[in-house]
Amino acid sequence: MTIMRPQDILLPTAAGLCCKPGGFHIDPVRSVERAVITHSHSDHARAGHGAVLATQETLDMMRLRYGENFAGSTQAIRYGEEIRLGDVSVKFHPAGHVLGSAQIAVSCQDTCIVASGDYKDAPDPTCTPFELVPCDVFITEATFGLPVFRHGDAADEVKKLLASVALFPERAHLVGAYSLGKAQRVIALLREAGYDAPIFLHGAMESITHYYQSRGIELGELRPVKGVKKAALAGTITLAPPSATSDLWTRRFPDPVTAFASGWMRVRARARQRGVELPLVISDHADWDGLTATIAATGAGEIWVTHGQEDALVHWCKSRGLRAQPLDLVGYGDEEETETPLGDEAEA
Amino acid sequence: MNRFAELLDRLAYEPGRNNKLRLITSYFHEVGDPDRGYALAALTGALSFKHAKPALIRDLIAARTDPVLFGLSYDYVGDLSETVALMWPKGVVNNDKSFPGYPSPQPSPASAFAEASADRRGEGAQQRTRQSTNTTTDNNFGSDGRTSLSVPSPLLSAEASAKADAGEGQGGGYPGRDNDESLRPRNHNNPPPPTLTEVVTTLRTLGKTELPAQLTRWLDELDETGRWALLKLVTGALRIGISARLAKTAAAALGDKDPHEVELIWPGLSPPYLDLFAWLEGRTEKPVNRDPAPFRPVMLAHAIEGTDFATLDPADYIAEWKWDGIRVQAVAGRDDRGHITARLYSRTGEDITGSFPDLVPALRLPGAIDGELLILRDGRVQSFNVLQQRLNRKVVSPKLIKDFPIHLRAYDLLGDDENDLRELPFAERRERLETFVRKLDDPRIDLSPTVPFASWEALTAARADPVSAGAGEDAAAVEGVMLKRRDAPYLPGRPKGQWWKWKRDPHIIDAVLMYAQRGHGKRSSYYSDYTFGVWTEGDSGDELVPVGKAYFGFTDEELLQIDRFVRRNTTEKFGPVRHVVHEPYKGLVLEVAFEGLQRSPRHKSGVAMRFPRISRLRWDKPPREADRLETLEKMLKTEAAELEA
Ligand SMILES: [Zn+2]
Repeated sequence: MTIMRPQDILLPTAAGLCCKPGGFHIDPVRSVERAVITHSHSDHARAGHGAVLATQETLDMMRLRYGENFAGSTQAIRYGEEIRLGDVSVKFHPAGHVLGSAQIAVSCQDTCIVASGDYKDAPDPTCTPFELVPCDVFITEATFGLPVFRHGDAADEVKKLLASVALFPERAHLVGAYSLGKAQRVIALLREAGYDAPIFLHGAMESITHYYQSRGIELGELRPVKGVKKAALAGTITLAPPSATSDLWTRRFPDPVTAFASGWMRVRARARQRGVELPLVISDHADWDGLTATIAATGAGEIWVTHGQEDALVHWCKSRGLRAQPLDLVGYGDEEETETPLGDEAEA
Repeated sequence: MNRFAELLDRLAYEPGRNNKLRLITSYFHEVGDPDRGYALAALTGALSFKHAKPALIRDLIAARTDPVLFGLSYDYVGDLSETVALMWPKGVVNNDKSFPGYPSPQPSPASAFAEASADRRGEGAQQRTRQSTNTTTDNNFGSDGRTSLSVPSPLLSAEASAKADAGEGQGGGYPGRDNDESLRPRNHNNPPPPTLTEVVTTLRTLGKTELPAQLTRWLDELDETGRWALLKLVTGALRIGISARLAKTAAAALGDKDPHEVELIWPGLSPPYLDLFAWLEGRTEKPVNRDPAPFRPVMLAHAIEGTDFATLDPADYIAEWKWDGIRVQAVAGRDDRGHITARLYSRTGEDITGSFPDLVPALRLPGAIDGELLILRDGRVQSFNVLQQRLNRKVVSPKLIKDFPIHLRAYDLLGDDENDLRELPFAERRERLETFVRKLDDPRIDLSPTVPFASWEALTAARADPVSAGAGEDAAAVEGVMLKRRDAPYLPGRPKGQWWKWKRDPHIIDAVLMYAQRGHGKRSSYYSDYTFGVWTEGDSGDELVPVGKAYFGFTDEELLQIDRFVRRNTTEKFGPVRHVVHEPYKGLVLEVAFEGLQRSPRHKSGVAMRFPRISRLRWDKPPREADRLETLEKMLKTEAAELEA
């Protein structure tokens, strides 16, 4: 038996991370025969693959977004469940990123590689918490891979929002949040903070949010904002896709305070660029401390860094004596920079 | 400090004036004395202390972070204070601390990677609970697993998550999330973050050598926003983006008072304004100004544009000459014992009485005159260059006084004995002024004459030819005309539509010295090439944008003065270039004359000057009052229009 090197097991290709011995791709950006998908964000979960293996929630939300025929066939897998695919075995572990998000552990012979997709180690009432998976090679995202990204407690950010609502009762508060994951987390955090008034939703968020509720996530009373009179929106909170908070649509609100819930809000220039008045640093990705602590804790001796600020994280790994390299995968992570039609669903 | 920082941060994002007011008022309401008083001082520009150099901040962060990570971060954020505030690691970082419960990662030599990997697998396997249940070999993933498989409820997991995180302040899907974090001093042993009062009062008295250690302590104690505001404050780069007027209006709103009332008593108040807040909260009487000769915030004019005239009625305005001297406020008042105290203030409220002792005896009646300081020889106004000989002198010798006799030309009367005249219309104040000057009957003080005009055409002619319009032999010292609304009260700041200045030469602006470079040839030992800028609205409030470079126009004496200023006020050095302090209240204003303007995409400002030269040093003017880019843009439009016509 030839000894498999990690790159013989998983290799970056134009279509995405390819597992030759298993005959599948992880989060492919082009149509492939067999796709194993970490989570339902549009930059990771695309329509048009032959067969898709993912968690039930990921499959359900892909179906909501792309329609019934988003893939030739689908198979659901649970957290902790292991499946043999060709010469490798594949096991799913919670990634703590959004509902149904998973890290995928690919084992072949004695080598275990974890493709963590997007992940966060911060608490989130709307999804299963991140699970640490010891491995030999850890593939990490680097969306917030700079030490300037230290996301504090999301509950404090929600307090900031509520303080603003109290100070400006005659204004509407419009919170830009990605419609899959972030929006529901913000709502859940508002409820945890004791806010029990109805929360209004932009039309684009309704179906995903209702899906979250159907999975038993308590979000309190939600109402569509469509058709509500301007005056009735004073003192209320509305969740909307980030792109909607800067367009004509906002005219239906009385003197809106534009908030944006994103890890990018940590950097002032980013917030100003977007014309945000109330930046809320709430991220569904691990911050710098989370990334570095996770990398260290996996015990992996080799780290592959993808989508984001690879340079700094690779440097950090090397300074800790870890082998590290950037993975040149395209098509992930910089959703926020581009206002593509998918922009509403991109996240950070 | 954290709460004040939060206010500043929020103000920087909030565009609406009324909303800014609400934010500030609510801060005053929420925060007690003396912090809110120091906040008011910071918002009104009334705080002053020695600033730290950016190099010091770089040293502090270099001692705590990896230089590569700092470099990448600084590149990304683009602002030193913000970068440091964001990445400041608390406490001492110990790189060797391994993650609890997991083996320290080992470096894997590239050549023996497969082996090394296999070795560690044995070690790792002990940690692992390998579940091999539910194994399937169906490489097509089956057709649809929806019915046969279910997913654990996220609610259950959320509870587990809450438990796991009970001990962590932030983040942490598993315990011991952060190597650095776990070494941070925890709650009970933490000193509380400094208050704004503590920061301000400490900075005032702190020695230079103590600053780094003090800053480090504060940086450890503050949150991110607090660190950001602290670094901006100590480096003198705190741009608040609101006017002093707005801050006072917000204070007034705390007690439902008219902002004007606050303005009137303001000159007698000082940080932390305990008496002001006590009055605003209805706990005491209104503070009275005990200074017999207080400064009153000055009223300033807008530069008038050709298009403005169409909307203005000549009958509403009084015109007078704008003299080329130094705007001052001459105040005299009786103290408790009835003795007269007289003081001369610059337009910013700086007491300059000591430089002009020869004028003091003339100020013998209680009152407050707004006027222009000039040198008069044989009854004739001398040029500004002559007046300059009397500025910035440490010693005022009898010879200086004799050779450069000082004179006050009066424009306005703000106080007459005990009476505050500022609420009266200008026309009425002007009458009171005429009487006041007549009563003074002093050769050193005279009345600035008005310029009669019936139409804008007539005024245009007068401005073009001051000699025949009444200025006579003093015409050379006329800088232009001032237009003042007859009914305008004396309002601090630059209120809209009340006063206009109409300078004779449209190609003169006041700019702020930003960078200086050594000259060539015989001037190579002097900083003689100057880059100057004007104000524009930036990302975080007003900022200076360079608009040109000049290296002549000044006298040798002035070169020495600027050179000295540059050397004493350098904030950073880059090869032959020095960054010179240019803040709203610190820096040097240069009057720059030029032949014309062009659009220039090469310049950040978008405009380029033709033949710029330094026509005068405005030691008397705070940089804050220098011109704005909009003024240049308007000139550009006017020029284009004139070319087309
Ligand atoms: Zn994602």
